[in-house]
Amino acid sequence: MNLTREPESYPRPQNVPAWLGRKVIFLARGMGRALMLLASAVRTIFPHAFTVRARREIGNQMYIGGIMSLGVVTVVALFTGMILALQTGIELRRFGQEVFIGSAVMMSMLREMGPFMSGIILAASVGASIAAQMGTMVVSEEIAALEVMSISPVRFLVMPRLVAMAIMTPLLSLYGCLMGVLGGGIVGETQLGVAWAAYIQNSTRFVGVKDVYVGMLKAFVFGIIIVIVACHEGFGTTNGAVGVGNSTRRSVVISFLAILISGFFITRFFYV
Amino acid sequence: MIRFDRVSKSLLGRLVLNDVSFEVAKGASLAIVGPSGAGKSVTLKHMICLLRPDVGSVEIGGDAISEARGSELDRIRRRFGVLFQSSALLEWLTVAENVALPLREKTAMSEEDIISTVNERLRLVGLEEDREKHPSELSGGMKKRAGLARALAEDPEIVLYDEPTSGLDPVSARSIDNLINTTRKDLGVTSVVVTHDLHSALSVGTSIAMIYRGAIVEMCSPSEFVRSENDIVQQFLKAQYITDSGAWEIKQ
Ligand SMILES: Nc1ncnc2c1ncn2[C@@H]1O[C@H](COP(=O)(O)OP(=O)(O)OP(=O)(O)O)[C@@H](O)[C@H]1O
Ligand SMILES: [Mg+2]
Repeated sequence: MNLTREPESYPRPQNVPAWLGRKVIFLARGMGRALMLLASAVRTIFPHAFTVRARREIGNQMYIGGIMSLGVVTVVALFTGMILALQTGIELRRFGQEVFIGSAVMMSMLREMGPFMSGIILAASVGASIAAQMGTMVVSEEIAALEVMSISPVRFLVMPRLVAMAIMTPLLSLYGCLMGVLGGGIVGETQLGVAWAAYIQNSTRFVGVKDVYVGMLKAFVFGIIIVIVACHEGFGTTNGAVGVGNSTRRSVVISFLAILISGFFITRFFYV
Repeated sequence: MIRFDRVSKSLLGRLVLNDVSFEVAKGASLAIVGPSGAGKSVTLKHMICLLRPDVGSVEIGGDAISEARGSELDRIRRRFGVLFQSSALLEWLTVAENVALPLREKTAMSEEDIISTVNERLRLVGLEEDREKHPSELSGGMKKRAGLARALAEDPEIVLYDEPTSGLDPVSARSIDNLINTTRKDLGVTSVVVTHDLHSALSVGTSIAMIYRGAIVEMCSPSEFVRSENDIVQQFLKAQYITDSGAWEIKQ
C-alpha cells in the first residue's frame, strides 16, 4: 500500500446532488482507507511490537501521549466531577437526597464522561500533534524516504502510537474517573454538606463491573480512532505547510465526530 | 539497468512527463539537467515508484518496478540509495542514528558493525564531528551530506541524487561531485544525478539528459552536450558561462 498520495483535483461539482454525492463517496473512501490502515497496523503488532527497539518506542509514545496529558486530564476531570456534583446536588437537595450525588458522579464519570473527556482531550492534543508530525514528514519527503528504504511507515510510525494510545487512553480515562469522583466529593463536602464518608459509600454502592469495563472499552476504541484518524489524515497531506494545517484540523474534527458517534453506539450496544 | 519506456504522467491535470524514454547502463552515470519545474524530481520519483506512470513502464535491471507491489517492490527498492532534494532526515534522530536507521531496521548486522559502517560513511562525507547533532542543528549543505551518507549506508547498486550540490558552497559542491564519481568508480554503482548545476553535471555524468517541460530534449555525452545545437541547451550553457566548449574539454 502506498501511504502518501498523489494530489487529486476534480472539477467543481455543478449542482447540490453532485456535491452531496461526492461528499458521500469521499467519506466512504476515507473510512475504507482508514480501516485498511488500521488493519495493516494491527498486522504488524505481532511480529514486530516485541523487539527491544519497538518496545522502547512504544514506551516513549506512552510517555508523550499519556503521561504528558496527565495534567490537563486531572484539571478537566476534577472540574467535570465538581460541576456534575453541583448540578445534581442542587436538584437532589429539593428532595433532601443530596447524598446521591456520589452515585450520580460515579456513574456518569465511569460510563460516559471519563472516556469521552479523555478521548476529546487526547484527540485535540495527541491526535493533532500526530497528524501535524505525519503531515510534515510527508511534506519533507521523510515518509517517502522511509518507503524507499523499505522501512514501513505503518510499522515504524503508526504501530507504536497505536499500541501506546490503545493502552494509555483507558488508563487515563480511569484516572479521570477517579479525579472526577474526587472533585464531586470536594463539592459535596464543601458546598452541599455531604460528608466525605457518606459520599464515598454512596458512590461505590451501585457500581458494577460492567460500568468499568464498558467505559474502558470505549476509551480503548477512542484511543484507536484518535491514532488512526490522525495518521490517515497526516499521510494524506498534500500542498506543503498549508496542507499540514488542513490535515491537522481535519484530524481533530473527524476524530471528535467519530468519538461521539462510536460512543453512542457502544452505549446503545451494552445498555439497551 | 534503468529503463524508461514511453513514460507519461499527469499531476493535477497537467502533463509533467511527456513520452519519456531513456536507458542508463549498469555502472553508468546519468546527469539530468533542466530548469526548475521541468520534471526532474518527478522522473527520479518514477525510478523508485513513489509515482507510477500513467502510460509506459519503468524497469530496473529487468524488473518492472512500475508494476511491482508489496514485497516485490521492497525487493527492487533495496537496490537503491536515494538522496532526496530535501534530504529527508528524520528530525528526532541524530545524524549517526539517521545513517544507521536502514541498517538497524532491515539488516541483522551487529551493533559494532553498524557503528563502524556509520563512522566510515560519515567520514566519507566529512561529518564525523557532527554525528551527535540533530538535523535541525545542521546547515543545508550538512543535511545534504548526511542524506548522502544515509543513501550510501547499505552499499546500494543504484544511487539517485536529487540536487546533491544545490545550496552548497563551490568547494563543498566540487567535493560532493568527487564523492559521486569515486562511489561510482570504486563501488561500481549506477548513478542518476539531478542538478541545476551544469558544472556538476559535466563532471559527474557519463551522459547528460536535458529535460524541458516534461520531455527529454537532448541526451548525449558531456563533450557532445557542450557542443549541442539545441536552443534550450545553448541557453542553459550560456547562462552558466560555459560558452567555450573547447576550454571545457581542455579542463577535462
Ligand atoms: N506532488 C505534486 N503535486 C502536483 N504537482 C506536482 C507535484 N510534484 C511535481 N509537480 C509538478 O510537476 C512539475 C515537475 O516538478 P519537479 O518537481 O519534477 O520539478 P524539478 O524539475 O525537480 O524542479 P526543481 O529543479 O525546482 O526541483 C512541476 O510543474 C510541478 O508543479
Ligand atoms: Mg526537483
